[in-house]
Amino acid sequence: MSESQKIIEIEVLRYNPESDKEPHREVYKVPFSDDMSVLQGAQYIKDNFDGSLTFRWSCRMAICGSCGMMINGIPKLSCETFLRDYYPNRISIEAMAHFPIEKDLVVDLSGFIEKLESIQPYIIPREARTLEQGEYIQSPAQFNEYIQFTSCINCTLCYAACPQFGLNPDFIGPAAMALLHRYNMDSRDGGAEQRMQLVTSEEGVFNCSAVGYCSEVCPKHVDPGNAVNINKINAAKDYFLRFLSPKGGSK
Amino acid sequence: MSTMKVRKRSNAPIFWGLFGAGGMLAALFGPMLVFITGIAVPLALLLPADTMSYPKMLAFAQNFIGKAFIFAIIALFMWHAAHRIYHSLHEIGIHAGMFAKLLCYGSALVCTVISAVVLLGLGF
Ligand code: SF4
Ligand code: FES
Repeated sequence: MSESQKIIEIEVLRYNPESDKEPHREVYKVPFSDDMSVLQGAQYIKDNFDGSLTFRWSCRMAICGSCGMMINGIPKLSCETFLRDYYPNRISIEAMAHFPIEKDLVVDLSGFIEKLESIQPYIIPREARTLEQGEYIQSPAQFNEYIQFTSCINCTLCYAACPQFGLNPDFIGPAAMALLHRYNMDSRDGGAEQRMQLVTSEEGVFNCSAVGYCSEVCPKHVDPGNAVNINKINAAKDYFLRFLSPKGGSK
Repeated sequence: MSTMKVRKRSNAPIFWGLFGAGGMLAALFGPMLVFITGIAVPLALLLPADTMSYPKMLAFAQNFIGKAFIFAIIALFMWHAAHRIYHSLHEIGIHAGMFAKLLCYGSALVCTVISAVVLLGLGF
């Protein structure tokens, strides 16, 4: 360590379900260099101060979506957030808001996984084709309709940002709606009607009050808030026009 | 394969539709109405002093289009406000549920009915 070694204080929300009644804060003094991310700060703590500190990570390059945390209260990927941007102030890291904490910075994502499954995240073919008929053709314009919504890395930062998900954990939420929209907008897919039941349900899009914070924190510019709002219009159409074409939708 | 559970359809589109329509009208006419009724006429700015005199207003309210305009402004503004207030209550942590819902949307409904009755009562 050089003499000019900078030290940043990292305050971590700790919680061990086996011994703690509730989460508490601990502060660690972490020496850092300008290229160190918040994730590396957490790794330093784990390697040097307390090996029991628990957090998720994998790619370290904003691709896998597993390292999300509240950094000074804002949902961010810790691997692309740098300690230097907070120095000389203390930085606080907490588990993502609105999710149950499993241990330290790790949250329970099982509710989110169920939501992802519930939107039927796969192409439901519009028309059956035999092998002889060849592949489904898609034009660049048709591709552009949905490509933005494929960029989601399931980091759930948008859920940590969404006040309505915080109030009602049953709300299907931004990322799941963005993925639903991704399949609905795919020219090869014909599943929009099947998915409509979820969109129009009490867990569906109308929980959203157009806050827009989800899209702001999204590291992949998916704009999930836009997907939710477009589907409010689709859901309203389905609600009022369902008597004209009675199929799909919920009861 | 996901198991499809049966989900309850939300009635939100009705309220959301009225909210949206009210919001659109409010954005289009709100500031202008505030200016005319709250500033220009009382202070006699730009507009003739008798712009909102009783006979003129009565004639406006007896005209079919005038009637429709007044009705839409009152009713949809109310539905817009009711929805906004109901959701804001929820957001600041007051989950008064059915009671808040009845109070908010109920007052919008009452205002809608009253304005319809009064406007129709003025004749054509
Ligand atoms: S929509 Fe954006 S913020 Fe939400 S999970 Fe996907 S990548 Fe993360
Ligand atoms: S570690 Fe993969 S996104 Fe941060």
